[in-house]
Order: sequence, then C-alpha cells, then structure tokens
Amino acid sequence: MASSTSSVITLHINGEKFTLPVDHRTTLLDALRERLTLTGTKKGCDQGQCGACTVLLDGRRTVSCLQLAVAAEGREITTIEGVAEGDRLHPVQRAFLELDGYQCGYCTPGQICSAIGALREHAEGLPSAVTDDIRPEAGPPPLTEEEIRERMSGNLCRCGAYVAIVEAVARAAADGGRTGAATGSEEVVA
Amino acid sequence: MTTVTATGTSTRTPSVGTARTRVEGVEKVTGAARYAGEIPFAGLAHGWLTLSTVARGRISALDTDAVLAMPGVLAVLDHRNAPRLNTDFVSLLGQRPDPTCAVFQHDRVPHLGWPVALVVAETSEQAREAAESLVVHYEPEPHATDFGADTPDSYPLDGFMPALTEKGDIEDELAASAVVLDATYTTPEEHHNPMEPHAAAALWDDGRLEVVDSNQGATWVGGDLANLFSLDPAAVRVRSEHVGGGFGSKGVRAHQVAAAMAASVLGRPVRVVMTRRQMFTLAGHRSPTVQRIRLGADAGGRLRALEHRSLSHTSTVYEFVEPSAGVARVMYDADAHRTENRVVRLDVPSPTFMRAPGEAPGSFALESALDELAAACGLDPIELRLRNDAERGPVSGLPFAGRRLADCFREGARRFGWAGRDPRPAVRRDGRWLLGTGTAAASFQAGAAPSTATATAHPDGGFTVRIAAADIGTGARTALTLVAADALGVAPERVRVRIGDSAFGPAMIAGGSMGTRSWSWAVKAAAEELRERLALGTGIPAEGITVRSDTTAAIGALAAAERHSFGAQFAEVAVDVTTGEVRVRRMLGIFAAGRIINPLTARNQFLGGMTWGISMALHEEALRDRASGGLVGADLAGYHVATHADVPRIEADWIDDPDPDDPVGIKGIGEIGIVGAAAAVANAVWHATGARHRDLPISPDRVLTAGAPDA
Amino acid sequence: MREFDYRRATDVAGAVALLGADPDTRYLGGGTNLVDLMKTGVERPARLVDIRELPLDRIEPAPDGGLRIGATVTNADLAAHPEVRRRYPALAQAVLAGASGQLRNMATVGGNLLQRTRCGYFADVTRPCNKRIPGSGCPAVEGEHHNHAILGASEHCVAVHPSDMAVPLAAFDAVVHYETADGPGELPLADFYPPVGETPHLETSLPAGALITGVVLPPAPVAARSRYRKVRERASYAFAIGSLAAALDIRDGAVHEARLALGAVASRPWRARTAEEVLTGAPAAPETYAAAAEAELAAARPLPHNGYKVTLMRNLVVAVLTELAEEAAR
Repeated sequence: MASSTSSVITLHINGEKFTLPVDHRTTLLDALRERLTLTGTKKGCDQGQCGACTVLLDGRRTVSCLQLAVAAEGREITTIEGVAEGDRLHPVQRAFLELDGYQCGYCTPGQICSAIGALREHAEGLPSAVTDDIRPEAGPPPLTEEEIRERMSGNLCRCGAYVAIVEAVARAAADGGRTGAATGSEEVVA
Repeated sequence: MTTVTATGTSTRTPSVGTARTRVEGVEKVTGAARYAGEIPFAGLAHGWLTLSTVARGRISALDTDAVLAMPGVLAVLDHRNAPRLNTDFVSLLGQRPDPTCAVFQHDRVPHLGWPVALVVAETSEQAREAAESLVVHYEPEPHATDFGADTPDSYPLDGFMPALTEKGDIEDELAASAVVLDATYTTPEEHHNPMEPHAAAALWDDGRLEVVDSNQGATWVGGDLANLFSLDPAAVRVRSEHVGGGFGSKGVRAHQVAAAMAASVLGRPVRVVMTRRQMFTLAGHRSPTVQRIRLGADAGGRLRALEHRSLSHTSTVYEFVEPSAGVARVMYDADAHRTENRVVRLDVPSPTFMRAPGEAPGSFALESALDELAAACGLDPIELRLRNDAERGPVSGLPFAGRRLADCFREGARRFGWAGRDPRPAVRRDGRWLLGTGTAAASFQAGAAPSTATATAHPDGGFTVRIAAADIGTGARTALTLVAADALGVAPERVRVRIGDSAFGPAMIAGGSMGTRSWSWAVKAAAEELRERLALGTGIPAEGITVRSDTTAAIGALAAAERHSFGAQFAEVAVDVTTGEVRVRRMLGIFAAGRIINPLTARNQFLGGMTWGISMALHEEALRDRASGGLVGADLAGYHVATHADVPRIEADWIDDPDPDDPVGIKGIGEIGIVGAAAAVANAVWHATGARHRDLPISPDRVLTAGAPDA
Repeated sequence: MREFDYRRATDVAGAVALLGADPDTRYLGGGTNLVDLMKTGVERPARLVDIRELPLDRIEPAPDGGLRIGATVTNADLAAHPEVRRRYPALAQAVLAGASGQLRNMATVGGNLLQRTRCGYFADVTRPCNKRIPGSGCPAVEGEHHNHAILGASEHCVAVHPSDMAVPLAAFDAVVHYETADGPGELPLADFYPPVGETPHLETSLPAGALITGVVLPPAPVAARSRYRKVRERASYAFAIGSLAAALDIRDGAVHEARLALGAVASRPWRARTAEEVLTGAPAAPETYAAAAEAELAAARPLPHNGYKVTLMRNLVVAVLTELAEEAAR
C-alpha cells in the first residue's frame, strides 16, 4: 500500500476555504498559527492541558493542539478571529473587554471560544460535574457561577483573572438571554 | 469636561483613579494582539532545543550527522560549533548574568534539562523530530538534588539584601518568654508557568541584531544580549509588544541566545520557542524553602524574640537566594531579632525571581507562626498582629513611609465579618465540610528604579509617549496612558503610549512591583516638561516636539525610609477531612498599596496575586525524582495551578495610601496580592480542622494523613 | 514526532483492513491521548487510521434492555444522553468529572478505554519504564508514586489507569465489542484489562488489530441509584487520586444489591467484588459500609508515599454509600 506523509487539504475556517499542503504531523493549531497567520489561537502547552488553543469545530469547543490538521478537513472551524461580526464584538468578547476578563491576554482567545462553546452546551441542557440533579427530567441547571467555573475549568489563566472571567461569562450569558438568543453563542455557531 | 487652554493649563477631571478598559483590549479579545512567537518573518527557520537527560556530567559525543541528514534540517548548534559568548558583565539590575543563558559554551552538564544543542529546520515539525532524534552521549557523574533541612554545605548568601541581621540575644529572650513557638515550615519548588511560553525570533541585519521576544524588559534583555554577543548596545534592538505573562521568568534565557546564534550562522531569521516541558528547566523557578521560626512572647503577646531562618537551593553555576527571612525585617519587631537566608548548591537549574520572591514563602512561614502564637497566647490573630505592629523598621530603625497595616486589618475585619469569630478550631460544619477562617498580614517593598521616557506632541493635537516598559498583563500600558494624560492635561484618547522596544532607551523592568511606578515617574516627568514647552506657545513642527526624561537623579535623591505596601488577607475554607479536599469559599484582601491608577485593572492584579496564593497553598508543587535528578510530571497536568473551579468570587479592595515621595503616589501592586494569602488559607484550614499544616501545598494526602479532628 | 501516513476509514471492515497486522499503525479517534503521546515520543506510529467517521457514533437500546454505546460516541454525547443520565447516572457523572469540556467534545468511548497511564515516568521517554520498554525497570516504585497503585500492582509496574468512565463501566458489567479481520468478538470489562504481573506493557486483552466498535451495558436496575465521586488535587480538570462508582439497592433495611468500583488505585478500574459480597444481605448502615471497604482494602499494598489512598478509598466508600442510602430513604 502506498503511503505518504503529507496531503493537500482544504480547511473551512471562519467561513473561508483555505487549501494548503500539510505535513500530517501538523496540528490544527500549528496550521492556523504558522501556515495561515491566524495567530489569535494560542499555544500554551501543546498537550491539551491548558485550553489556550480552544477553537470551535462544528460548533463544539475543542483543543486545536491535539487535533491534527489533516483530520480537520471537512469540518467547520471557528477561531477567535471569526467570532465577531465585522467590527461588532461577540457578546462574550464585549463582556471580557468591559469587565477586564484577562490580564496578559494570552489565554483570552481560548477562554472566549471556550465560553461560547460552554454557553451553547448549557443551553442544550448538558449537565456538568457540579450539577446536583443530572436526570434529563430536571432540565438544564441554573447557570450559577459555580456552573460557569466548572465548565470553564479547562482553560487555565495563570495571571489569575478567573473572577473577572466568570463575571464576563455570566454577563454574556445574561445579555444573550436579553437579546432573545438562547445563548451568546447562537449567532456565531449557527 | 476637558478644557485645554492656549497655555496648556487644564480643568480636566484627572484620569488617574478612574476605571478604564485596557487600551489594547480590543486587540486581546479579537486575537489581533500578536505575541513574540507570532510575528511573521520572510524565510523564517525554526529552532528546537535538545536538553540533557542527565543531571550532572559531560557531553562526550553528539551524533549530529544523522540529524543533519533529516528532512528540512539546516543546522545543529552545540558546544563545538556555537559562537563564543561573553559572560563577564553586570546586567541592568546590577547582577552578573546567570550563565544558564550562555548556551553551548562548554561540555559540562550542570542539571537535567540543560540545553545541549539547537536543531534548526525549515518547519517546526521537522525541527522537533530532529531535535528529539539527536543522540547525545554523556559521561554521567553522581548528582545531588535532594533538598531539606539536613542538606549539607549550606551557607549564608546576600542576594539583594544582607544574608544575616541580628540584634539582641535570641536565646536569652526565648528563655524569658512566657510563650515560645519553635516550628519549621516548608514550601516546595514552584514554577512560574506564564501561559505564553518563552519565544523569540532573531534576525541579523548588517551587523545589527533584531530580536522579537517575550520578556519583562526590552532594554534589560537587549543589554544582556549586547554583552553576550560583544556588541555595541545600539546594535541590538529587542521588541516585546505583548507579553503573555512573566512573573519573574522572562529575562534573558536560552531561547533568545540560541535564536540569535542560529540566525547568525544561517544568515536568516530563526525562531526558538520553549515547549511547556522545557520551561520547567529553562525558565527558572522558585526554590523550595525550609524555614525555621522561633518566637518568644510575653503573656500579652508582645514579641520578645523573633528568629526567622530560611534555606533555599541554588544551582552549581549561579547563586540565587530566595530571601524568605526578609519579610520578618519589615513586619514585626522584637527585643531580640534575628533573620538569616542561606542557600545550598545542588545539581538543579538556577532558581530565579518568582512573584514576590522571599515574601511569598516567607510570609507563609511567618504568618502561620503568628497564627500559632495567637492560639498559644489565647489572643485573636488580628489583635496579636496589632500589638506587634512595628513603628520603625525592626532592623533598619528607619521610619516607615506609610504603614497602614492596622487600618487594613480593621477594614478587612469589618468587611469579612471577623468580629465574634469563635477561635476554637474544628467546631463548624456544613454537611461533609468543616469550616474555618484565617487571616494573615502582607507587605511588599515599594521601590522605584531609574527610567527614561520621551513624550512627543504632534501637530494634530495628539501625543506619543515612548518608554521601554513591558505590559505583562499588569495593565501598565493603560496606566501609563492615564498618567501621561493627566500630566499633559488632555484626555487619554489623545495619548498613545508605545512600549516594549529597547530603542526607547533604558527603563526599569516589569518586576519587583516597581515597573509601573518607575515608568510613571519618567512618563510624568517627560509629559510635564513637554506641557511646559507647549505652554510657551511656539508652533508644533511636522516632526513634533519631543521631550526626554531621565529619573536617575530624582530617584537617587529619595530619602532613606522603609517603603512598603501593606495588606490584610482573610480566607474562609471548607475541608473534608475524609477525602482531604480543601475548598476556598471566600477570600478578601485589603491593601494599602499607594495610589491606584486604574481601579479596574488594579483589582484584577490584586485578585491575581491572591489567586496565586490559593494555588500556592493548595496545589503547586514540582516533584523532583531522586534517581534522575529531574522533575516528574513536568507539565500542566502534573504541576497543578489553580483553575476556575478552585477560585470563588474572591474580593480585593484598598484604602487610601498614596506614597508621599512618589510624583504620582504609586507604591506598586504586582506582588503584594500573593503575600500572606497562602498563610491565610493555611490558618483557615487549621481553624476548620485543628490540624496545623506547616508544609505546602495542603494537598489531599496531607489533609488525610493529618487525620480527623476529635470533635 | 515521526512522519506518518494518514488514512480515513469509512466503514468498520475497511478500518480493520487498513490497520491489518501492522504494529506501527494506530487507530485515531479523538486523538486527545494518542496525539499527545506522539508529541512526547511515547507513541511513534507510521500510519494512522482515522475512525472518527465510522458509523459508530450512536447510543441505542440493546435487545436485552441495556444500552449499546458506539465506540466513536464522544464523552460529551455520552454524558448528555438521557438514557445514560436516567439509568446509569454514575456513568454520566464519571464522564463529566473527567478532563475538560473541550476534551470531552473530542474524546471517544473507545479511546477512553484505551487511555494510557498518566504516570510521569511513562510519559518521559528519557526514563526507564516497563510499560514502554519491557525490562527497563520501574522508577516509580522507589521514586515519585504518590498517585500510584495500591491494589493489584506488581514490582514491575505501579501505574494506575486514568479513566473515569471505565470505573462505572466496570461496576455495571459493561462488555466491550470489537471487530477483527477474523470477525467480531467481545470481552467483559472485567477481562478487558489483564493483571499487571510481569507484563505491564500488555494493557488490554484485545486481539492484535482489533477495533473497538462499542460498549454494551447490560440492564442493571440497581444502577439507577448510583453515584460517582472523584477526588483530585484541584477542584476540576485533573486526574483522580481516588474515585468511586457505587450503586446501592436497599430493601427492608438491608442491602439487596450493591455495585462498587474504585478508580485511580490500580492498573485497571477496580471492581470491588469482595466489598459487594460483604454488603449483600447486610444491614444498610455505615458500619457495614466500613466493613465492606476494609474487606476490599485488605488486599491493598501501599507504597511509602501513597498509603493515604487506603484511607481515602475507605472513607469514600462509607461516604458515598451513606449518601446513596440517605437518598433512597427520602
């Protein structure tokens, strides 16, 4: 059987198509950062242990450091560069900005993408490890700060901006509710 | 609101003190902010470091031929072919360089994870595989990495303060004391782990070295690189626009030096990025400490004897002391007072500054000991501290330039609800959780270091301020914008502050809680002089009018005094002694830390420090393996830092405390948030369970081993 | 990371054929463990067969009333499934207690069962490890082992299995289904992970080249009242230092049926059958739970730095069974 160690792939990123040859070893993270100059997605650990590289894959938050680029072909990829609508910030971005939900900013794109994914998961009724009653009949748990913290725990912030990040996610969730969208994520991942 | 008159005087409301979102905030939330490893270069090659797998010995051979034949590999640098470096110099902070940064100069291996080669290739994937395929042969030697109270051959080391201070006779005063405490506290090896790994790209252009880097001081790193490569300082330019955290770890390190070497050999730009695992041996760390504290008090709790001795480790190639005993020189006086910082040399990487060096581990020990003494005296822990609040520097005898520690405790006690606290341990329960509260004092030096800045007025009414400051997440860029705006008497929107470029001239680093204070001083001086020049009414030419400041003389003229920030930390914890789990439920820090420039970002800074305190108290510990001399589990799954779920809605606030001798009133807030925080948590764990934890972190295994209270 | 060939499989037979008997080929599911191990050099496959598009991503009722969970079902989808949450709540809780939201969206059921240990020596290719290089030694025995095994280990390996999900699967008698070139097969979870003995590198009993196609949970009414508790060194996003999946059916004040499995204490999820025997028929009381835990843990052989796990597991058994009993009484 013939084998090869590289492929020409087409990635769907933020509504655009990018065709490029990739070494099969190239992760989606490195493809974004080193090949496509989409450096908003950050490399914090390269091992799935920090969440800085979080992107949305088919609307689901994933760590792009453990996602091979070649295996991402055919999937819809949304990065931090794609969550705003033009100059209009996504509600999660706006809340991070206004409530100072960051310090150095390096984990921030991952926190924001993760928050968008987490709010969608919550809106869909997914329980978490701190949900008291996980029976489907119980419905989605209230989005308490404890729920937000647990759901966001895959995103480390070494500066220790957690308090402000949680405030921002809570505000974005509330804003999403007021504007009629089920969550702050709907307008992006739809 | 703003009225700039023809003479430049203003009736504006000051910008300093008002909450402002970060000036680079939109860039940070949209991913547009570019960090060092993200700046594109035409023809960029990728370097990957190969690290030693023995803790001590010599490199006997490197099989580079096989690696050079691998796809895409351009070069392998090691001690046989690397450019020679000069290490005989004194750096901006007045220290000799840690020779750890002088890579590939000899065949000796002083610790596991020492850089032995750099492999450069066309792509990062190729470089990584080649670097990891490089076979290195060693002549290993027996290593010593065990650290503890009994480690032989320790010696006193000065560092940034004298190793030893002593007054009175400790033994006599202890013998005469009604209550005596003698306890030993330990803190583990801790690692900075900024979220952005160290990264640098280097390019040589006609004898000039350009480096894009992630660091805490562009002039600092530029100066060190100039010395290392024997260049004129003007021939080196270091830029560091956005920095993904530093905490003390981002000075000159192997990656910039290796990148500059490779770029010179290949004649093309080369980027070197540390992996997270490599950071555990290349980026510095906080030494473990063993601290013995002896306290003697009269029946009323007044200290007659205070002895604080600290032992930390350093490498065999560099002397760095974690000055944990220094905190006692500020906090509490006693008739007999003795403090000492010692080190022992081991086959480990060089330790370095890490957020509140000295104060962080030192305050854990001292403030735990005060808590133990309070219980032994039957005194409220706050009352004990108030009774021993020093009036003058216990060692220096100098007056304090502001010491509002007691006010911090009073305000904190009021807001935390301390009054009426039942002092008995292990009597409060909420389901499976035992509850307790604890407190601790905090202090951190307030200093300033000489810096230069320029302020330029443009014909369009805008201003540009340039200073080689670093915003490592502190909000410095925004703070300096507010300081400049007030000095110029204009709205902040008209001021653009440019930082992170060694071309802007010498400036203090982001460190020692001195960055924003030192830079603000220079920025204010330049801006005020510019405002005076503009008041003369001459027109502004196309190139603008630029004024330069240098604060060397002004800072040198500061009168000697004890200059510190102070704070009071409060924590409430829940402990399940059947599983060992500890959860922080509440935390409050009240600080007297100088004028607060930007309440929005300052709150975040304090909370960040307190979060570090939670992390230090409960999670962080690098585990060193005796057999190999290296760390085990050196990654973010093995080395736990606090995550979201560990940090409740903690609170930080401050009381008015402008520094009387600073032009803006700043003292510095980067570090004090962590000081005392771990002690407050540990003291709360004692109050919850009755078990005193003198060893950090207070991990589940330790809580389980300490057992359940009798209650 | 070594260069490798990459293939996408579209059907199970094709995936099995692509893998063949090549020891240098690996199936790629979510990649959350394999890609990490490839970066650290622990795994150096020459070919990956991507199985994420195989039609194994469904959770369906099994003919006997149990549940059949496809191998490529993600952890997130498993935890979200109404029947899992209703009938096997400890399984949903275990999955939710593992990793992070991002990783749960990627990781698959099949891959989760095949997770390699998180022992720091295993992950560091510069150190000896009998799992990686048989006969090279186990530095954890004398070294850093505070989160290593207290049950069923050997002098050759003291590593623990890191999966949360596998713990309730063990408690609920799950059966692993697989496909090989020679046809399908199945392995009860109890037999899926062989004893460590002298062969810690042999981590599963799957035949060479086998592809896990799914996991079948037999009907277990007792599982409807079940719970998973995990203790770790931070409140979230960390591997367990001890965990427990427990189910309890109390009738007339006595334990009618109990299921217990312990996590992070052995090279595999540890089904606590000795404890279950002590519990069955005994009065539903904390003393019984403690006796059951102590009977199970009598076999514990802690190392110098992980003895706390014996206390932890005893306490967890008592606490969780007590909670389940109180819940049943309400």
